[in-house]
Amino acid sequence: MNRFAALLDKLSFEPSRNAKVRLLVDYFKSTPDPDRGFALAALTGALSFRHAKPKLIKTLIAERVDPYLFDLSYDYVGDLSETVALLWPRVERSAEQESISLATVVQSLMGASSVEQPHLLAGLLDGLDETGRWALLKLITGAMRIGVSARVAKQAVAEFGDRPAHEIEDLWHALSPPYLELFAWLEGRAGKPETDNPAPFRSAMLAHALDEADCERMPLEDFRAEWKWDGIRVQASVGQTPEGRKIVNLFSRTGEDISSAFPDIVEALAQEPLASFAIDGELLILRDGRTQPFGVLQQRLNRKLVSAKLLTDYPAHIRAYDILALDGEDLRPLPFDERRRVLESFIAAAKTARLDLSPLVKAANWNELAAARRDPAAAGAGIDADAIEGIMLKRADSAYLPGRPKGFWFKWKRDPATVDAVLMYAQRGHGKRSSLYSDYTFGVWRNRGDAEALVPVGKAYFGFTDAELRELDLYVRNHTVDRFGPVREIAHGKNAGLVLEIAFEGVNRSTRHKSGLAMRFPRISRIRWDKPAHEADRIETLEAMLKT
Amino acid sequence: MVAAECLTLTAAGLYCSAGDFYIDPLRPVPHALITHGHSDHARPGHSKVLATPETLAIMAIRCGPAFAKSTQALAYGETLKLGDAEVSFHPAGHILGSAQILISLNGKRIVVSGDYKRQADPTCSPFEPVRCDCFITEATFGLPVFRHPDPSAETGKLLASLQIFPERCHIVGAYALGKAQRLLALIRSAGYDRPIFLHNSLAELTRYYAGTGLAFGELRPLIATELPKLGGEIVLCPPMALESLALRGDAEPRKVFASGWMRVRARARQRGIELPLVISDHADWDDLCRSIIDSGCHELLVTHGESDALVYWAQQRGMAASPLHLMGYGQEDIEGQGEERIGTAAEGSP
Repeated sequence: MNRFAALLDKLSFEPSRNAKVRLLVDYFKSTPDPDRGFALAALTGALSFRHAKPKLIKTLIAERVDPYLFDLSYDYVGDLSETVALLWPRVERSAEQESISLATVVQSLMGASSVEQPHLLAGLLDGLDETGRWALLKLITGAMRIGVSARVAKQAVAEFGDRPAHEIEDLWHALSPPYLELFAWLEGRAGKPETDNPAPFRSAMLAHALDEADCERMPLEDFRAEWKWDGIRVQASVGQTPEGRKIVNLFSRTGEDISSAFPDIVEALAQEPLASFAIDGELLILRDGRTQPFGVLQQRLNRKLVSAKLLTDYPAHIRAYDILALDGEDLRPLPFDERRRVLESFIAAAKTARLDLSPLVKAANWNELAAARRDPAAAGAGIDADAIEGIMLKRADSAYLPGRPKGFWFKWKRDPATVDAVLMYAQRGHGKRSSLYSDYTFGVWRNRGDAEALVPVGKAYFGFTDAELRELDLYVRNHTVDRFGPVREIAHGKNAGLVLEIAFEGVNRSTRHKSGLAMRFPRISRIRWDKPAHEADRIETLEAMLKT
Repeated sequence: MVAAECLTLTAAGLYCSAGDFYIDPLRPVPHALITHGHSDHARPGHSKVLATPETLAIMAIRCGPAFAKSTQALAYGETLKLGDAEVSFHPAGHILGSAQILISLNGKRIVVSGDYKRQADPTCSPFEPVRCDCFITEATFGLPVFRHPDPSAETGKLLASLQIFPERCHIVGAYALGKAQRLLALIRSAGYDRPIFLHNSLAELTRYYAGTGLAFGELRPLIATELPKLGGEIVLCPPMALESLALRGDAEPRKVFASGWMRVRARARQRGIELPLVISDHADWDDLCRSIIDSGCHELLVTHGESDALVYWAQQRGMAASPLHLMGYGQEDIEGQGEERIGTAAEGSP
């Protein structure tokens, strides 16, 4: 447990992705099974402790620390796990308690009933030092917020075994904690684990923003253009178990399983006669053949219960733009054009109306493409134009590569006056909003040394509906990491944070702001619940607008 | 109340009319008694200053030799009659020369703690508990979440980081007076024998400390432009310089900060610290409580810091305790953002 705690401690202060990977590799090298596997599970969110709720932790500390002193301390520290870890009284510890393994901790907590849990947890906290207690409480409450995504953890696994990252990703869904066979394979002690998941996630290929200055050096005939749909990126993976049972998984672009939120899609795909395939596409809402803008789709996101009415009012579709596998064959090594041909005949043969093809945008030159981007309706998108946020450009000869490789895929957004920023601070509003956190300070990424950090670029307090305000207020309260008088600091970092799409009327230089610029008339144009914080925009996007 | 009979709170600070002197005054006064050399306690411009010989020497270094019209040195344990009052200085363990001031008047004893700590520190005399009727204590870390760990374990983290990142320069922010020298001693006692690079603003005080018989090993002046060549080395600088030095990206420096505030993660993250070292020259919660008990006082006044929790704790134990709202302390080294400064700044603005 001490090694794991020290690892979490170091990771939480480490801003550089490369250094995080290094710390993890170091840990995997120096930690035996099954501890390292449980650590990997903790970092990839594969563990859950259902009885360990903040209420239990508050009860335990109330039995040990004066409530007034606890309140003063909690108010100062601002994080429950950390406050409790620091305040927990010191007791004499046995060597056995001090050297308890992560595996023992995890297995005993998982095996304990809700009645046994308080006593067990208190005993574990007694046996650990402050860092250990903090790590334990972070582990069991599942709110790590130490800036390590599952992706970074898997990257470290890949580097540890000197394998490409996508190989780990492809294998991942076939594995479970504590990953003994994975480590055995990576250390050359055993063969590669069998992927018996018939419908796995395959790492998504991501695009870079198009730098218009580079257009001249990019021969348009080398690229294929598609509409950039304003929905959410999904991967539909379909397969069959050896017993012949059809498995349909719907993944977000980060590999999160979102099947349960879209039973209509899952059911439709299960009806397809082909035994296995994997489609990359955009999840959209279609009504009467018309593609709805993102605001409509948003009504279906973040719902715990998918009601029949929701399914009827917001029918989900997948607009396919790539095919990654078909009938057991991995198509990703094929060039885009060849995959496209396969995709076109696949969609043509598909039975369901919930799957259609994202058309190619025809343009003879950059001017025509720019015109299509300005006015998609006139360039063939017709009534679907409201659901288009720009153009995608994909190299005709490129294989489907995981991650964000340079030079293959580009996104060319339609409206340049929006930016995706991360919520950093919130403050209560005034008047009728006085009880709600309604003033939001947001930031974009900027390089600091070898790491990226968020720099605040503006403040917005309108642009959302009353319902969205209540959601934002709740988000603020649940994700506060610190308080400065009336200002709350919201968890923000590579792996934590809420992305807000900010619309604005241009950028001015400003010496008053740390970022050196000020946005004109910024407002929240939408809340990107679906977008990971590390994919928010960079300061260069705004700086480029200064010149014009 | 013992304190009320002896001391008054004035705009210039704590005043003793029986002896006609101020303690750590905030503005120029005719006669000042100074607990220690940090700039929020030791300000220039007084007519007469009474302090330990070390504090007087430190004030001369920091404020120039003409920091007061006249000075008088009082060694630890010596007694001096000032009007009807008797005063003596006793080691506070905070930094070199730091003292608690004992005032005896009409058979009552009042101790003004200044800043103090109970942890071992090879660079200064250890804290000596002084029995008194009224104890006036600091409370910089007056919350039970503040329990300082063993400082040698903290410097161990620094040396371990040098092993994991041998190509990266480790820039350690440490307050120029006291912390920097204690850190040097800690690093050396951990067996680290490579040269340590010192920011210019630490040089003179470190020389003075070395002159009192402390061995810091090989120290070299830091030339900022040569930072990219200092991969794998330790650089010591004042907290203020940490950010600008770390921005010299090509050296890929690691930002380290030694301060009691590093105990709370958010405080470290706010400053982008990659390696926080919880090393403080102030008493932690347990030692604040212990020192109050050791003083045997029945009356407690709590000055700068987190006074609420400590006042509550003392009242629970039956003491007459109240906060003493002295403005201006805890602002040590505003230009350098010293240890105390971070706490107040962090509370004030995002």
